[in-house]
Amino acid sequence: MYRWDTKGSPYAFVSPFFLVFAAFGLFPLLYTGWLSLHQVSLYNVDQAKWVGLKNYTDLFTGPPSHFFWNALGNTFTLGILSTVPQLMIAIGLAHLLNYKLRASSFFRTALLAPYATSVAAATLVFALIFSPESGMANWFLGLFGVDPVAWEAGEWTSQLAISLIVTWRWTGYNALIFLAAMQAVPGDLYEAAALDGASRWKQFLHVTVPALRPTILFTVVVSTIGATQLFGEPFLFGGQSGHQGGTAHQYETLGVFMYDQGFRNSMLGRASAIAWTMFALLLLIGLVNALIARRLRKSQ
Amino acid sequence: MTAVHPAAPVRTADQDAQAQAPRRRLRSARKGAGRQHHAGPLTYVVLVLVALASLFPLYWTLVAASTDAHAVVSTPPPMVPGGNLFKNLSYVWHNAGGRGMGVALLNSTLVAGSVTIGTVSFSLLAGFAFAKLQFPGRGAMMGLVIATLAVPAQLSVVPLFILMKNLGQGNHLSALILPSLVTAFGVFFMRQFLVQALPSELLEAARMDGANSLRVVWHVVVPIARPAMAVLGMLTFVQSWNDFLWPIIAMNGSSNPTVQVALAGLGTGWSTDWSIIMAGALIGTLPLLLVFVLFGKHIVGGITQGAVKG
Repeated sequence: MYRWDTKGSPYAFVSPFFLVFAAFGLFPLLYTGWLSLHQVSLYNVDQAKWVGLKNYTDLFTGPPSHFFWNALGNTFTLGILSTVPQLMIAIGLAHLLNYKLRASSFFRTALLAPYATSVAAATLVFALIFSPESGMANWFLGLFGVDPVAWEAGEWTSQLAISLIVTWRWTGYNALIFLAAMQAVPGDLYEAAALDGASRWKQFLHVTVPALRPTILFTVVVSTIGATQLFGEPFLFGGQSGHQGGTAHQYETLGVFMYDQGFRNSMLGRASAIAWTMFALLLLIGLVNALIARRLRKSQ
Repeated sequence: MTAVHPAAPVRTADQDAQAQAPRRRLRSARKGAGRQHHAGPLTYVVLVLVALASLFPLYWTLVAASTDAHAVVSTPPPMVPGGNLFKNLSYVWHNAGGRGMGVALLNSTLVAGSVTIGTVSFSLLAGFAFAKLQFPGRGAMMGLVIATLAVPAQLSVVPLFILMKNLGQGNHLSALILPSLVTAFGVFFMRQFLVQALPSELLEAARMDGANSLRVVWHVVVPIARPAMAVLGMLTFVQSWNDFLWPIIAMNGSSNPTVQVALAGLGTGWSTDWSIIMAGALIGTLPLLLVFVLFGKHIVGGITQGAVKG
């Protein structure tokens, strides 16, 4: 009995994870790949027709390729617009939070409050703020004599507004991650730098940032993965036209494109091909990340 | 078996940092790191501005939700709450998303609650096995867990849709609960915590006393893992509550939506009464904000803790 318990229980303990993962993670992964080689209708899911690589060639060079490359480009620009400022602001904020502060827990909690807001609620508030005629953003700009901006209609303005939603929700979260890493930096390093006459800005650049490298890499990867899968914000920002990423597809991401093709246009095979393309993209990001991490480790 | 061990004291990142930098050193390195330095007025100015920017959209949701269709879009925009809050709340409570926001709230609570209980308990069991038990195949299995961290949600929605349709589970809440019952992150998080927090001697002692594995988990592992369980539970609840892609596919056009699906219905519908939409957004956000205000300190600590260890 005892032997059976010690030998068997580890497997019993890990089995719920692997059973659920096999059913709802691994099986869908392979099934999506198989479906991506078929033509499947949303309304008749059991009659899949083999089409080989047609879904992929269509995406890259066929009729929908215009929208595919557009969505890929938008995913990229939205990713840059939301990830880069977000992480840079977060690291600066963490630096400020790292001072001896009065009411430090108030500041931490306030900065994290957007994280506790749902995608839908946050996006709707910002959609109202950026609404064309009467939105608060245009009213505010008007105080400085700037003409109203058609935020949702423009390509850059809409992407800027959407990346602001992402930045608003996630900056505080990342700031806290950076803060934790900063607090683990040994004080001696700063002492030595101070004795060498390094200014506080130089200490930040030459002590804090290098010590934070692994954390920076971690947040870059997590934010990039998040940005690659961006869906709720562009979907809801456009109201009626959200499912296609704006009236002119101007902020359609790969995630929105997949939803539109699969669940609006009933082409589940093509949607599966888009999903697998996104997966390949994420693997590529992971690979680049691993290479960078290895080089960083070697250089230290 | 008697109570084996009191809950292990869990150190936060702050406490560790303070332990590493005794007071004497704080004073001697005045020109050193930010940590040793008192914040200047400029720091406070910046932080107050950022805190305002963080909180303002939340405040403005409340203001907009308390106006009417006309006032919410007037220029200049209203800055203090109006008198329509309860009228608007009551309207979305009864009408949003088919059966009203009240049903949506109940559904989201059920889904996020079940997902949280499942994720925390299964992650605890698997994390404990990976952290402290020896068994053939352990390394390979842990590798598989880590590899699955990067599988995106998009990959599973089409097959899940087909699966649920064939099983007749479409529009049913279990379609939202079942696929999320475990996460690789949860297993990883628990393993990282237990490797450090759970002394192996304690397990051996319990074994010597003749406890079987389940008793060990219940009387030794759970008490020690409690803080990590709380953090993982809160992170999972927030994530599950905010899940959007799969619910909007599985529950599309359903009269039984989650909060997110009901809000999406308000936002993409023909109605453009923003005061009503904001009332919905307020109801959808309040429960999480409430959790956040009650447990904010632990969530803040948990995020920093998980990040350092992850």
